[in-house]
Amino acid sequence: MNDFTALTGRLEELAAHLVAGAALLFLATDAAAYGNSDDPFYRAGLDSQQQRGAYLTRAGNCMGCHTARGGQPFAGGRRLTTAFGVFVTPNITPDEETGIGNWTEADFWHALHEGKSPDGQLLYPAFPYTEYTKVTRQDANAIFAYLQSLPAIRQTNPPHAIRFPYNFRPLLHIWRALHFTPGEYVPDSSKTTQWNRGAYLVQGLGHCNACHTNRSLLGGADNELAGGQIMGMNWYAPSLTSHLEAGSSDWTIDEIVALLSIGITDRAVASGPMATIIRQSLQHLSEEDLRAMAVYLQSISDSKSDYAAASAAPAPISAYSSLVHGEQLYQTYCQDCHGVSGKGVPGVYPPLAGNRSVVMASPLNTIRSILEGGYPATTKGNPRPYGMPPFQQILHDYEIANLVSYIRNAWGNSADRVTVYDVEQSRRIGVE
Amino acid sequence: MIQFILTVFFLIATTANAASDPPDDMAERVKSCTICHGESDRAEQHVYYPRIGGKPVGYLYNQLRNFRDGRRHYQPMAILLENMPDDYLMDIARYFSTQSLPKYQPERHSLQPDERELAEMMIFSGDSDRDIPACSDCHGRALMGKSPFIPGLLGLPRAYLSAQFGSWRNGGLVRGQVSDCMSKIAEKLTDREIIAIAKWLSIQEVSGNPEPAGSLSPALAQRCSSIVEVEISS
Repeated sequence: MNDFTALTGRLEELAAHLVAGAALLFLATDAAAYGNSDDPFYRAGLDSQQQRGAYLTRAGNCMGCHTARGGQPFAGGRRLTTAFGVFVTPNITPDEETGIGNWTEADFWHALHEGKSPDGQLLYPAFPYTEYTKVTRQDANAIFAYLQSLPAIRQTNPPHAIRFPYNFRPLLHIWRALHFTPGEYVPDSSKTTQWNRGAYLVQGLGHCNACHTNRSLLGGADNELAGGQIMGMNWYAPSLTSHLEAGSSDWTIDEIVALLSIGITDRAVASGPMATIIRQSLQHLSEEDLRAMAVYLQSISDSKSDYAAASAAPAPISAYSSLVHGEQLYQTYCQDCHGVSGKGVPGVYPPLAGNRSVVMASPLNTIRSILEGGYPATTKGNPRPYGMPPFQQILHDYEIANLVSYIRNAWGNSADRVTVYDVEQSRRIGVE
Repeated sequence: MIQFILTVFFLIATTANAASDPPDDMAERVKSCTICHGESDRAEQHVYYPRIGGKPVGYLYNQLRNFRDGRRHYQPMAILLENMPDDYLMDIARYFSTQSLPKYQPERHSLQPDERELAEMMIFSGDSDRDIPACSDCHGRALMGKSPFIPGLLGLPRAYLSAQFGSWRNGGLVRGQVSDCMSKIAEKLTDREIIAIAKWLSIQEVSGNPEPAGSLSPALAQRCSSIVEVEISS
């Protein structure tokens, strides 16, 4: 026994205390942030079907749309602004007059699977039944059982304000003939059980295609998960099938899972609406389900080898006064966090060099991030995220255009320069 | 022993290498706030943004939640706070409540003698005939607020103060908190009184701290009950 042994003994003891303390601290924080008494997903007395339903309701993020900002969970009233007018989400608590208290299991199934209300009326596809149709009857019943277990909230929401001619519901017959095929998910027997589970979640409850697709003039989603501007939100949901955008063919499964559950990885951060989806829904999914989704997502992405090497050379900074100006702005406002060479700080501040969301064809998300700033999703894995300041009150549109053009062409990045017009367009945000 | 020394050496070396990482503290995490609201040693960049350093913790926490949940309308704040849970907002509120007051350069507005007299009467005496309490009854004798919920009124630009009065009058700055508190008071004030009060407040030097918790009279606590219901954990 010498001093050193005694010291290590003390250190071990200290470490044990620290670990115990940290664990307690984590539990306390966790309880406050995610399991507080207001949390509708952790109520006592749910039977096993209702508990499964609670989990699936989270996977489908029903609460995200069916809750007004600052409003009662599931009581509806959230306004969804689209090109066709404003949709107001309905109350789906079991209140008999203002909610779905009078619905039967079969009614719920018809809504989810066929997009029809109990009286046979066709539902507007702002409710993503084009995706939810893939949910199995068993899962739909579990979700219904959970929703019926919620406290009934009496809340009458204002009617939709849909523009002519879209407010003429029978037109939906035509829309459905073009864009809607009812049918549960059919497993692909040539793939693994895990892949099929992932496909079921991504295509069905996860309704990823509701945003990650390009919509036709009539709002039909034709190109599965190939990316597009989100209706009414003015954010761009990147392609999940192209390696040039958010395709994950060169990501490991662990990395995909980390982004979906933590919200930030060494090379990417989920921002805008995706941060919200991670906070509300994805971070609460089981590791097993997240891995399944990752396996599926990885499999649907093309890879670099599918293309000839990109030919576009970066615009030389010194050749354009706008880029030189952009570089000065970068040094003044951005460099402190994102670094001299745009590498960021892993897991804290995202890199800009080599970041696909910076160089992808649409500069919209980069511009929006600079205009509005924001914090990544607050998750169990990232409980106190670092934030991006808003610059809309400091920088003029032409400055933002020059700055974005610069970061799209610095440090080996290569992408079209953006214009003041792009920035002006980006300011037209959907107001909730 | 050599192993121990090596371990210590590597620990130090690792720490030194990580020096370029951002500090793991609140100051670094609230850079998104301080870009507008100023750090304590920096003058504010824009007349509209209020100081938040040194304001009572409960007030700051309530405002953060009100912005996030759409009860107080200001879209840039709503977007910034979209993904923040209550306990993180509480950390932010606590951080700013313990910051020292930022340097405030009192604004220069000329007040006519009768304007000054009017402002001082409303601020320190109120008008009981019209059921208007003195500002100082709730916001403290030094007008630096009362812990934990009532904000201070000094160190704020006139443009900001006027805008708040306007918002209170037009249906309540904070929806759902209109019972008989600030929106009712603002409705009763005349334009002339509001201009005089905002000018007077914005030209004062700032000093002092919020009065301690419990100093609000029961009658006024009752009157403004909608803002004093939040539990503050220490």
